[in-house]
Amino acid sequence: MTASATTAAAGSTRPRRVLPVVEILTLAVMLITPFALDSRPELVTLATNILILSILALSFELCWGYSGIMSFGQALFFGVPGYVIALVGRDMEFSHLWGTLPLAMLVGLVLSTVFAAFLLLGRRTPTPIFIALGTLTGSYAAERLVSGWQYVGAGNGLSSIKLLQAGEYEFVEGMAFYFLALGCLLAVYLVSRFLMRSQLGLVLAGVRQNEERLAFFGYRVQFYKAIVFAFSGMIAGLAGALYAYHQGFIGPGNMGPGLSTMAVIYCLFGGAGTLVGPIIGAASIEALSYVLADIDLVKRFWPVILGLVLLLVVTFQPSGLLGLVVSARERIGSYGWKRGRDQGGD
Amino acid sequence: MTLLSVQDVGKVFGTLRALDGASLTVDTRSFHGLIGPNGSGKSTLLKAIAGAHFATSGRISFDGHDITTAPPYERARLGMSLKFQITAILPQLSVYDNILLGLQAGNPVWSLGMSKTRRGLHAEVMQALERFRLAQRADDLAGELSHGQQQWLEIAMALARNPKILLLDEPTAGMSPQERRATGELLAPIREHCSLLIVEHDLDFIKDICDALTVLDQGKVVASGPTAAVQEDPRVKEAYLSHA
Repeated sequence: MTASATTAAAGSTRPRRVLPVVEILTLAVMLITPFALDSRPELVTLATNILILSILALSFELCWGYSGIMSFGQALFFGVPGYVIALVGRDMEFSHLWGTLPLAMLVGLVLSTVFAAFLLLGRRTPTPIFIALGTLTGSYAAERLVSGWQYVGAGNGLSSIKLLQAGEYEFVEGMAFYFLALGCLLAVYLVSRFLMRSQLGLVLAGVRQNEERLAFFGYRVQFYKAIVFAFSGMIAGLAGALYAYHQGFIGPGNMGPGLSTMAVIYCLFGGAGTLVGPIIGAASIEALSYVLADIDLVKRFWPVILGLVLLLVVTFQPSGLLGLVVSARERIGSYGWKRGRDQGGD
Repeated sequence: MTLLSVQDVGKVFGTLRALDGASLTVDTRSFHGLIGPNGSGKSTLLKAIAGAHFATSGRISFDGHDITTAPPYERARLGMSLKFQITAILPQLSVYDNILLGLQAGNPVWSLGMSKTRRGLHAEVMQALERFRLAQRADDLAGELSHGQQQWLEIAMALARNPKILLLDEPTAGMSPQERRATGELLAPIREHCSLLIVEHDLDFIKDICDALTVLDQGKVVASGPTAAVQEDPRVKEAYLSHA
């Protein structure tokens, strides 16, 4: 049997593709949302916040959903860059988009690279618990450190952050910031999607299933994990800067275990390993939180409710919300170029 | 010409001395069998050679390099490949992608991120699949293959990058007689470019394909040399064949 015949025969058994439909629907909803909510500016603010938190969720998704790294301190790479751009605005009177957003990404990248070197590139192969505790400890220590550091506002954090600028234009809350955040989310999503569906993504898929096998192929497994971890830190840094500019505030809680746990919940609730799942998770949780915030009893027990939600998802629906419509086979997908192209199809 | 040299290798687990001064050499393009009764240290020695664990004492050199403490990925890059005793395919990836993973292992990260070599490797993937009679299952998940096919897939993965030596740990375990025969047929042609070090319980299988044998008993080498000579060695008959 020829290669092309084989592929053609096997191609007919490929599963129904639901993920692209979910992706397009999600994008459509995101494009329509600010116009539909135009008369409710507070909801546009909420939607912008969701987009920014979705970028944070995506950064965790790359770690856990695609590389099997349980980073329980993802907020560290979100909060520290947020503080940095706030300080640059305060002390250097600089908040131009072309300078501060790349700066935030660089800070996230450097910080996560340092953590990756310590947690992943040691002589011994790190256990998942070591990585989870290492990142959690880093996040907690950073939160405690800034809580007592007057230069960065101590427990009050930094407020009245200088507005983000593009030339003379200043981004305030509303439609413009929404589309800026959406543009950033789309860019991060497309780059992540490209990488995770590339041959590099195939290596990561192999790593998730059997690290030892990959090492015997000649892959330096921990090095690959470190690359993804560093990249995810860079993405979280972008989200942290957007968050600080959008809220006009950054505080110790934005780099602590609380927000780190939220990133985990967004991802697991929406469906890890799908990219779009964590965005849906972030939107669902944040929207629900907003709706239920007026109910006193719910407000008081909200963290407990979230904890229970996480427990229920992990126990009964480990593939998250998207697992209800996306098959395991589709989630695995294919990597690199489509095989039809290999055979001269393009 | 010697490709792999194991000199006085010892391995201790707690109070257990699993290997006690084991030595052997594998020549270029030769098939070398490693046999011995259960618990004799065969798999331990194979793992020490592959880098799954490090030898407590002694020296292992491969193709002129001292690899005694080299991590597995460095040994693999030098041209060493391993098939585990327990099948270690990637069950949640397609059969095609399992082979591709083996083939693209030498590519730099940036090239993998840009999927630069995927198209160029397609023909090699299909060739490997056809050689191991798996081409029709290319798009199936590897976990859906039969046990024998999974073993073949793992051998195909291990051979994907044309290694200088293939280490096989009980490749025919759990196979039917027909599958064992087919495995022998599939392995025979690799002699043109690759050496083989094989741990196997099926003596008939190993006698058919190996030029040389090393017999281990209680972590020590009892005999080593050409297959016919080792078979006739009275110490081997005493130590191994009487247990078998």
